[in-house]
Amino acid sequence: MSVAEKKPRVIELDSLIGKRIPKMDAPEKASGRTRYIHDINLSGQLHGKILRSERIHALIKSIDTSAAKELPGVHVVITAADIPDQRPIGVARDHFPLKVGRVRSERDEIAAVAAETEEIAEAALKLIKVVYEDLPVISNPEDAIKPGAALIHPEPHGADGSHEHLKQGTTIAHKGKPDNVAMTFDYAHGDVVRGEAESDVVIEDTFKLHYVTHCCMGVSGMIAEFDASGNLLMYSNTQVPFLHKREFAEYLNMDPARIRIIQPPIGGGFGSKLDIYPFEVICLYLARAAKRPIKMLFTREEEFLASPTRQPVLLTLRSGCKKDGTLTFRQVHTLHDNGAYTSWGATTPFVMMQTFSSLYRVPHCDYHTAAVYTNNPYAGSFRGYGNLQATFAIEQHMDMLAEKIGMDPLAFRLKNAQDSGETTGQGMVFKSCGFKDCLTTAATRSDYTRKFKENAANRSKPGNIKRGVGMASMLHVGGGAKIYPSDGCGTILKMDDFANVTLITGASEIGQGSETVLSQLVCEELGLPISAITVVNNDTAITPWDVGVHASRTTFIAGNSAIGAAKKAKTKILAVAAKKYDCAESDLDLRGGFVIRAGSGEVVVELSKLLRNLHFQDKAELVMTTFYYEPPSVHQDKGFKGNVSAAYAWGTQVVEVEVDTDTGTVRMTKVTGAHDVGRVLNRLGIEGQIEGGVVMGQGYALTEDLMIENGVMKNPNFRDYKLVTAPEIPEMDISFIESMDGEGPQGAKGVGEAPSICIAAATANAIANATGVRMFELPFTPERVYRTLHGRTPKLYWKPWRAEQ
Amino acid sequence: MSLKHDIEFTLNGVKRRVTVDVTMTALAMLRDVIGLTGTKYGCGEGECGACTIQVDGMSLNSCLMFAVDCDGRNVTTIEGLANDSKADALREAFVEHGAVQCGFCTPGMIMQADHLVRNECCGDTESIKRGIEGNLCRCTGYKKIVDAIASVSGAQN
Repeated sequence: MSVAEKKPRVIELDSLIGKRIPKMDAPEKASGRTRYIHDINLSGQLHGKILRSERIHALIKSIDTSAAKELPGVHVVITAADIPDQRPIGVARDHFPLKVGRVRSERDEIAAVAAETEEIAEAALKLIKVVYEDLPVISNPEDAIKPGAALIHPEPHGADGSHEHLKQGTTIAHKGKPDNVAMTFDYAHGDVVRGEAESDVVIEDTFKLHYVTHCCMGVSGMIAEFDASGNLLMYSNTQVPFLHKREFAEYLNMDPARIRIIQPPIGGGFGSKLDIYPFEVICLYLARAAKRPIKMLFTREEEFLASPTRQPVLLTLRSGCKKDGTLTFRQVHTLHDNGAYTSWGATTPFVMMQTFSSLYRVPHCDYHTAAVYTNNPYAGSFRGYGNLQATFAIEQHMDMLAEKIGMDPLAFRLKNAQDSGETTGQGMVFKSCGFKDCLTTAATRSDYTRKFKENAANRSKPGNIKRGVGMASMLHVGGGAKIYPSDGCGTILKMDDFANVTLITGASEIGQGSETVLSQLVCEELGLPISAITVVNNDTAITPWDVGVHASRTTFIAGNSAIGAAKKAKTKILAVAAKKYDCAESDLDLRGGFVIRAGSGEVVVELSKLLRNLHFQDKAELVMTTFYYEPPSVHQDKGFKGNVSAAYAWGTQVVEVEVDTDTGTVRMTKVTGAHDVGRVLNRLGIEGQIEGGVVMGQGYALTEDLMIENGVMKNPNFRDYKLVTAPEIPEMDISFIESMDGEGPQGAKGVGEAPSICIAAATANAIANATGVRMFELPFTPERVYRTLHGRTPKLYWKPWRAEQ
Repeated sequence: MSLKHDIEFTLNGVKRRVTVDVTMTALAMLRDVIGLTGTKYGCGEGECGACTIQVDGMSLNSCLMFAVDCDGRNVTTIEGLANDSKADALREAFVEHGAVQCGFCTPGMIMQADHLVRNECCGDTESIKRGIEGNLCRCTGYKKIVDAIASVSGAQN
């Protein structure tokens, strides 16, 4: 044997971070093999269907289910009267799954049927007779707060959120609401009166944001079954399985330990699955009554009617600045259409106020909001969580203030933009902050300044096609959000005889690609190829606790948790190897499935061989580790101040449009985005998140409009609710600013919600650049744009309103 | 009582005989009677394309086709593309280009893309975009889907 042949094998360093790694579940999905909830059937299962209200606001005088019960194939028919222990659900516990005495919106659930087939269940619903007594309908939040307005929740029912009703022996019912105010928020830092006095320029405008909805391609559904011992197994699309275990237990008056939730792959989330909705609790009632598995799926029409929306907002913003471009104050009043019941939509002011107080340096800011009950659909959480609405107003005012003082809009923003090391009036601490890089990168790559001037100069030239360019920026939590007692995530990691690793994580995969990113982070630590990992992430009986998929938190929180578990495993492995090969742990590393010499990359031993030795020989040990990560963030105080997130994401998007002044048609031609994501972990995945978010933002700006008239949804279908289709998408140029967050996993921050936030605001600025006309109301449909361009839209003005103290 | 009808057709290369309700859609037959769940219900009224299948070489929305109309025809679903090298390339392209997120629209999208590629209807990205106009996707923003199809069809901008 020659010397050359005996040369030790060397493994070169090869990082998985920043690579284009295809989604691990994509091959199954692309083959049509993935079993979504719609594709799962349990033997013995019955089909559940819900009877919804035929009225918008009415008293229920009587319900007759006798004919439905007689229909062959019908097993169970239930109404509120059959569920004496029914408890109110939702963020404010103001909502009975099966309505008691009163319906308050079009989607309201009156009765439910479990039958052999969906067809029989549908037929049974038609046999249920309900007698109503109509009440006045409130479909406008401004009417809801007028003195003498009909009350939506007058009678005792539901709860006040204190959970007093859960104490043994107390009745469930609580006093009704004396007005239609569901929730209020008041925030302030500095002194806006002083801020206004110091201003050279003050402007005030009202903005109106509309109803849109998630439109997940997979409709909502659930399968539930109680076993012989009374344990509950649910197949659910929830984004927050561990919180929902506890909540479902409350609603069913059972021990949460007896509830198991399995999450099949989900056909889109976007925030829609953060709350528990009536259909889910009703499905459990049916399963309990029928003692059979119940499968309940929505039709698309039902999905429109009975899934949550983004909250419509009426917003009056007063802002000021000095001649030199320094922002002085911001005063904000908003009125949220809460709909008939309270879900997460009512709490979006948490996020809105962060943008008002802290996107730019504003010394004086106050923010007042009220979410009021109406007979409209009720608003939930939706990607961006209030930030699209806040950004729409702020970023238009940034352009308008810049124009007033004759300053370039980019320079004006740069002058007021946040930087690393700042603590805002709201107590948010910016460690990594690439905001200014986002601004300059997006502006440079789109040639913003030149186009902005050129377009403005071209406005008066002949021709009906006007080009415009507009920018908007955003700030959003990127390191979790400490809303619940814990914002953490647990990981269990185990390695097998073949150096394969199983990552058992609390973090759910909802299509966003968390499974793949978490795998990259673990494999990077353990020096393994991505093919060496299996992820288990969808069963509460197996996976450790996690607070859920929301607030763009999964990469950051679950990522740090996964790294923590992997580091522990690595330490364990290297300690054994160091002992066996008689060297220091620091001399060794893991790479390519081998234990190697840290400096040279020379192979010491195959990792699988070392692992087998551990339990087959002297050590009798398996490599298994656990880790729980809690981000270093704090809860807000009563004044909404505090550093709720361990990191913050930034972004700037420049939108280019062509406006046809003859037809009002706005074509979005190009979006140039620059996003501070901390660090790119999976380039393919993050591009997909951004592109998808941009197009979702495009829909919000231009085409999507859930039309509600007197509480009736006029367009619950894809024909009349217009999603963006492939030919309409803009050219997209996306850049990533890598600010390398010190706390983030490999430096990364969350980005899930970021890309849809700025688009509507930037589009409004682009239309103004093209035409000289400002759009204060969404969406920018041809009709609305045409009317506004031709002076036929009255100036919006909403006088800020305060609840009587 | 609803009327039943016996039909015979070729499904993914295999002859099938099925008894179906005359009011049943091809989508319901595929999913609920035959048990092939790769074809998805997205809207039930031909607006979203999640249920796209191919019948005698044409792509169509199976939610708008009566099951009885499959009689005597050649029907291909996403499962039928499993042993097809052209479709393999398309599936791999969807995976490699990141064209799959939640994946619910993906089978219908691939059935439509397969139809476009086979019929050489995608010489440039604009015609690909037009070709998948009837297929809605809420996750990806379409760009990576267009890129994936273009990589197989060799489309230029």
